[in-house]
Amino acid sequence: MNGWINYLFNAIALGMTFLYGSVGEILTEKAGHLNLGIPGIMCMGGAGGCIALQLMYRSGIPPMLIVIISILAAFLSGVLMGAIYSFLTVTLHANQNVTGLAMTTFGVGMMKFIISKIRPLQYMYALDYFRFPFSDRTDSLKYWGVMVYLAVVVAIVASLVLSRTRVGLHLRAVGENPATADAVGINVTAYKYGATCIGSGIAALGGLFYIMDYSGSPEAYLNIEPFGWLAIALVIFALWRPYLSFFGSMIFGALFVAGSFIPGLLGLTLPMSATPLLEMLPYVVTILVLIITSIRKKRENQPPASLGQSYFREER
Amino acid sequence: MNKTVALEMKQVSKYFGSLAANRKVDLTVYRGEILAILGENGCGKTTLMNMIAGIYFPDEGQILVDGQEVVIRSPKDAFRHKIGMIHQHFKLVDLFSAAENIVLGINDGERYNLKEVNARVQEIAERYGFHIDPKKKIHEMSVSEKQTVEIIKVLYRGADILILDEPTAVLTPQETEKLFAILKRMRDDGKSILIITHKLHEVLSLSNRVAVLRKGEHIATVETASTNPAELTEMMVGQKVSLNINRPEPENTQDRLLVSDLSLVNADGIKVLDDICFTARSGEILGIAGIAGSGQRELLETIAGLQHPAGGRILYHNPKTDKEEDLRDKTPMQIRELGVRLSFVPEDRLGMGLVANMDIVDNMMLRSYKRGHSLFVDRKKPKDLADRIIRELQISTPGTATPVRRLSGGNVQKVLVGREIAAAPTVLMAAYPVRGLDVNSSYTIYNLLTAQKQQGVAVIFVGEDLDVLVELCDRIMVIANGRVSGIVDGRTATKEEIGVLMTQTRAEIESQKEKEGSDRAEA
Repeated sequence: MNGWINYLFNAIALGMTFLYGSVGEILTEKAGHLNLGIPGIMCMGGAGGCIALQLMYRSGIPPMLIVIISILAAFLSGVLMGAIYSFLTVTLHANQNVTGLAMTTFGVGMMKFIISKIRPLQYMYALDYFRFPFSDRTDSLKYWGVMVYLAVVVAIVASLVLSRTRVGLHLRAVGENPATADAVGINVTAYKYGATCIGSGIAALGGLFYIMDYSGSPEAYLNIEPFGWLAIALVIFALWRPYLSFFGSMIFGALFVAGSFIPGLLGLTLPMSATPLLEMLPYVVTILVLIITSIRKKRENQPPASLGQSYFREER
Repeated sequence: MNKTVALEMKQVSKYFGSLAANRKVDLTVYRGEILAILGENGCGKTTLMNMIAGIYFPDEGQILVDGQEVVIRSPKDAFRHKIGMIHQHFKLVDLFSAAENIVLGINDGERYNLKEVNARVQEIAERYGFHIDPKKKIHEMSVSEKQTVEIIKVLYRGADILILDEPTAVLTPQETEKLFAILKRMRDDGKSILIITHKLHEVLSLSNRVAVLRKGEHIATVETASTNPAELTEMMVGQKVSLNINRPEPENTQDRLLVSDLSLVNADGIKVLDDICFTARSGEILGIAGIAGSGQRELLETIAGLQHPAGGRILYHNPKTDKEEDLRDKTPMQIRELGVRLSFVPEDRLGMGLVANMDIVDNMMLRSYKRGHSLFVDRKKPKDLADRIIRELQISTPGTATPVRRLSGGNVQKVLVGREIAAAPTVLMAAYPVRGLDVNSSYTIYNLLTAQKQQGVAVIFVGEDLDVLVELCDRIMVIANGRVSGIVDGRTATKEEIGVLMTQTRAEIESQKEKEGSDRAEA
């Protein structure tokens, strides 16, 4: 049975990478902005966190503080990317898809450049720090570090904010119908900037989490980009609801690592070439969810009505 | 009556580029009165009101509330001065409930509690006699319910000055009456109400005073009791206009289009057309009345071959061959070739029929590009046609090479209707052809339709203004909930009669049909 528990722990842990990305993207999309820059933003989060770790290498700062500072650094890297994206799409009304893709291209390249310049030892030293409060354990619990719990907290808070607070109500109104929100005196631009920047910050944590918590390998940073795309797919899968994205991320995680666990657990031997096929499963499931929600056509399950459209005030 | 001034505008102007939307307008609003703002389309009524509501900022002049000069830069500022506007196009979030929409944007520091909001909404509703379910989602509401939400939204914010932009355009006569009763109750409660409209009879029955605007300028404000429609129209248009539609008796009528038992199911599986039966005759205008979204659009699209009916027949009597043909077997292209023309003017005018970024010639070509055998399209004939339409319908445009989107709404509609008429149709279907047009342009379109009727065309006219329907049409078919609730004679029918038919529910129509059936059986 130990194998199955390992599988479950691994699936949940990987799922948190998607959870950060998708919760961030949900916040952005709720403001009516489709941010395809999430993969790049997650990469930049990883890079920002690693730079912070390198700067604190052998500095004598307590481990816990090192973790917190690097998480903050990753968050700020995301906010910075989000601010660039917002400036282009909100203020300059640039096309959101093109801007997002540019952010991804930029972020991925920049991160590869940055991390390849840092010696792995100068950030990998903190691997164990990220495992607190279970740094001393040797059993399955060691799979999960502090950022797994942080991801869950972030998802719950995002969910509550969206559904229970005035800020959430206003944000949803901005994404559904910015002209209406504007007419009742909501500062549409501020909400769009705020949601995009905070969302990008949250997504950026996913990159750091993957490098320092889930993977722990010096080559990990090369794998972040595809997870960014999966996070965007997960938003659709979760019907723009953070709490559903929590379950969705675990399913995606389970499907993604199925290739490396299931054959062994069931005593099957699959050819190596089958692994990429199994890794397609999350995308197949996303397509299925898209088909089902399109057929049912419930208003509540559709994307925010103004998603992808620029808002011009004078145009009525 | 002891009058206190609630709001004053002094020499207010607003320019869009070099165009003056409002020039030196003076306006005074008292507490406890209903002031109607009257004027043609594009005369600056809405712009003027938007400046009070904080959507636009005046370029010149002052606005005074309770005698104090105020600066209103945003809707929020307007609310602070207890001014609220109900826009013509509702500003509501479809996915939210009524209560959520009502509290949207309020930041009073209190905890966000929907239950309390619901209670307060009910309290306001009872005070003025509204009926509302605070928990109902906007997308499940009728137009009049949405309007109620908009009004309560403004009252909830404590507005004392309410601005309503053409509130009756989307309502049935019964709903209008209800709204007017509520507005009068608010007036008696001391609120000031500004109502924009271009329906004269409403102005006369509701308002205390009327302010008339023309081309952005304030012409006069008069006491409603001491004026009459002719005087108001003259002030509005600047010249004497005859407001009568010429309606010649139909001649040589012949059944042209026979629709029987037509039903249509939409993509959501809802029956939008149910057992529609009617006949359209040549040399006659058949009006179609109904609340917006009762199936008018779907009916016309089905006849034009754009939608596939679930059942029923659409027989077309071809005047050339004297044979009957079933349009259901034909493609939209074949139906068009038969002379059945649809000139649909959708809500956004340009959505269907014209391509906004193309010029008039190119838009003419949308109907003729398949002609000829040359490798290149023929631009000569469409150009001639475009010139002819511009001349005959007096379209004001810099030239045929101007993109259609640069033309004003009225001119766009003339291009669309003109093109369809130019094809010498045998059946002309026009949906909302005067929507958003001013008085003069509207009458041009009515005259065009009448001219077509006199040439033996079967005209089907979907309209929303009942006053026009009863003046223009020979027969009026009323649709309610996708069913025909009655076909009445345009010369004898009254608006009230049509209004009752418009609001009939399915069950009522059903029972009426049964009754007729049994009557017939007895006879």
